Amino acid sequence: MSIAETIDDPVELGLDWPATRLSARNLRVSFLVDGVRRDIVRGLSFELTPGECVAIVGESGSGKSVTARALVGLAGRNSIVEADSLELHHEDALAFTPRKWRRVRGRDVGFILQDALVSLDPLRPVRSEIAEALALHHRGTRSERSRRVIDLLTRVGVPFPEVRARQRPDQLSGGLRQRALIASAIALDPDIVIADEPTTALDVSVQAQVLGELEKMKLRGASVILISHDLSVVAQLADQILVMRGGEVLEQGTAAQVLGSPKHDYTKALIAAVPSERTRGQKLSPTAVPDAATAPVRSHRQVGSVLEARDLVRRFVSPDGAVNRAVDRVSFTLGAGETLGIVGESGSGKSTTAKLALGLERLDGGTVRLLGRDWSTLPERRRRRLRPRISFVNQDPLSSFDPRWNVERILLDALRGSRLSRFGRRARVLELLGLVGLSSEVLDRFPLKLSGGQRQRVAIARALAPRPSVIVLDEAVSALDVTIQAQILDLLVALQRSSGVSYLFISHDLGVISHLSDRVLVMKDGRVVEEGTPDDIFQRPQHPYTRELIASIPAFDPAAFSA
Amino acid sequence: MTAIRSATVPTRPIQLRRLPWGLFVAVLLVLLLAVAAIAPQLLATHDPYALDYPAALQGPSWAHWFGTDESGRDLYSRLVFGAGQSLLIGLGAAGVGIVLALILGSLAALAVKPAAVVVDRFVEVMFAFPALLLALLLIAIAGPSAVTEIFAVGLGTAPGYARMIRGQILAAKNSGYVEAATALGHSRARIVSAHILPNALRPLVAVFALSVGQSIVWSSSLSFLGLGVAPPAPEWGALLDAGRGYIIQANWLEVIPGLVIVAVALAATTIGRHLQAHLEKGEK
Repeated sequence: MSIAETIDDPVELGLDWPATRLSARNLRVSFLVDGVRRDIVRGLSFELTPGECVAIVGESGSGKSVTARALVGLAGRNSIVEADSLELHHEDALAFTPRKWRRVRGRDVGFILQDALVSLDPLRPVRSEIAEALALHHRGTRSERSRRVIDLLTRVGVPFPEVRARQRPDQLSGGLRQRALIASAIALDPDIVIADEPTTALDVSVQAQVLGELEKMKLRGASVILISHDLSVVAQLADQILVMRGGEVLEQGTAAQVLGSPKHDYTKALIAAVPSERTRGQKLSPTAVPDAATAPVRSHRQVGSVLEARDLVRRFVSPDGAVNRAVDRVSFTLGAGETLGIVGESGSGKSTTAKLALGLERLDGGTVRLLGRDWSTLPERRRRRLRPRISFVNQDPLSSFDPRWNVERILLDALRGSRLSRFGRRARVLELLGLVGLSSEVLDRFPLKLSGGQRQRVAIARALAPRPSVIVLDEAVSALDVTIQAQILDLLVALQRSSGVSYLFISHDLGVISHLSDRVLVMKDGRVVEEGTPDDIFQRPQHPYTRELIASIPAFDPAAFSA
Repeated sequence: MTAIRSATVPTRPIQLRRLPWGLFVAVLLVLLLAVAAIAPQLLATHDPYALDYPAALQGPSWAHWFGTDESGRDLYSRLVFGAGQSLLIGLGAAGVGIVLALILGSLAALAVKPAAVVVDRFVEVMFAFPALLLALLLIAIAGPSAVTEIFAVGLGTAPGYARMIRGQILAAKNSGYVEAATALGHSRARIVSAHILPNALRPLVAVFALSVGQSIVWSSSLSFLGLGVAPPAPEWGALLDAGRGYIIQANWLEVIPGLVIVAVALAATTIGRHLQAHLEKGEK
């Protein structure tokens, strides 16, 4: 980035910084649950120097967020934080009282939380949120503070800061909210910033902006601890990387060492699991795809297109009476055994397009044909007969299951329309579980008790149940950890090869889209701005928006690090 | 954050061994009440209607635990014999209220647009109408009796529950699982019966228990105003009404039935709250 050139090396400027700002030796965090001690973090050591970024990488349950919280004295009730030493600015942080922690937080350590929507008070304008940090630490007068708020918002790249400062979080977009949150975390110029998944909920272009802000802070001399599950984000910023799993550090080293020549198998698997254009046609996960999924299935006789959309339009009327075209003349054709990827940022209309294709949302214009037959023009009563031909996997599998039903009932319910006997249905349920690589043990479990990956497998099994020709997958892997995402993507590829099912795959993740799709549709503000093969789109983007989108993908090329 | 959650949730055992004492007392009270309602002679010490003028207006003693009224009738026995009627009115009113709310709430949430809007507005008008006035109107038309009281109280509580049920049904209707069932090609009737109603009505068990407590208080206030069950019957509200004239000389005639009503309402509410918490825990 060009910012690096504009700021001189701080050390050369003669600033006197202590060598280490934060150091942890053998940090351990445990929780007391009903009197039983559970170790969540088992031994973590690192040193954080000025201008450096230490990244802690891991999947959910790895203990990375707990570590971040322990470092700011927020591990919570029932927690036991121990270490051979934990020093913040050469003071023993283990001995800090809650009172001392309150003084340290904000002033010495800024903490950026994952979800700006829940971390900001919905009833207050963002300026009060930011000014509060200043007021709590008795910085400046009221007017000085409000000037400082505008300053901060400008610094984190919020356009029209005077206007934005007066708005409430719900009036801001996700990216602006996240930046307001960063502004409040750095309000007191802390020299350590801890960011817990700062970009997870954001679109790529906003993610690029937020990462840019963190990079600028780093160049100003701030030390950053970055917690993330996303290796491509980590690769942008980290100098040191700790790879965690199950509370243990599996690998630790410089970014070049860990990403370029990973030692541990888990790190290798994490790196290999990142989908991108380069990984097309390759397996992402070392875990074997279930045998059943690869066995060829008698496929439906299909010629030409299975799903054909012409000039789809969907309008929404906002409360102030303005008509908003959520989907504006979108057309596409999905061939048999093909994957069509729709990519776009939140609000681009891609999910609405999926629902229009499924006939779950009223069309205001255009037509959809399924297997060459009328589909969108049919009344729901007649559409029902055709519904088994097109199924749906949505972003949040948990919400798509009736909470009162166990897996067996969910899958049996999906077979209601079939002509199978009771015995036949039961056999089919077991067959479906085999297809998605689940054992029959899950049958009597409730979705709530399943892991994210297992839930998504059940959702896919349900979608496969009626032997559909098309499956619409709306952000189907977005909520999953990389390695689980890799397994599910592998599974989808195998299922397509064996059964010839077509996918309409919707995602905001360009990596996933380019890994999976035969053709790609780029959507913005309800319209298709570009369409083509992944090669066309990613190598020779025509539309400026596509170019911008591609430019903001964090470049993640493990090969670049091994050089 | 996620790590904390995954660490704490699976290990927490369901707390069945230690019954909270509040719940224990509430269940005990409700059991006693049930016995009093079914077989009052088991608990009563005197004939609730036996007049004994020499013993009139005596305070609580060993012979008369809760004292006697102006005709020398034993207050404790009258309370025991009145339990059946009070409980019946409470249950009946809660039942009428919930059934009415169920019909109105389901219509408001599931009927076709114009009908739903009409029901919705009707519920709102009912809501805006003072409940006591509504009850008085009904009693003025039908005359005071236990049955009128049941309907009056039921009608008064229905709008609130109707709103709640409507909200529950709408939430279920817009849920992911209903969308998934639609995508599978299930019929509307099937979706309503298999998904929407069971999920929307699950909290109703708890609401019913809460409503019983509320209804007993309500019907007692109507009886107290002389608009409920006719005097010689030992219904609790009527007891309150009868004791009103002697509040200076014999305050126990007011205080004790009042405390009993409060205790029973609290017991019903406590049980309702625990049911609610239990059901919600199952959901989360």
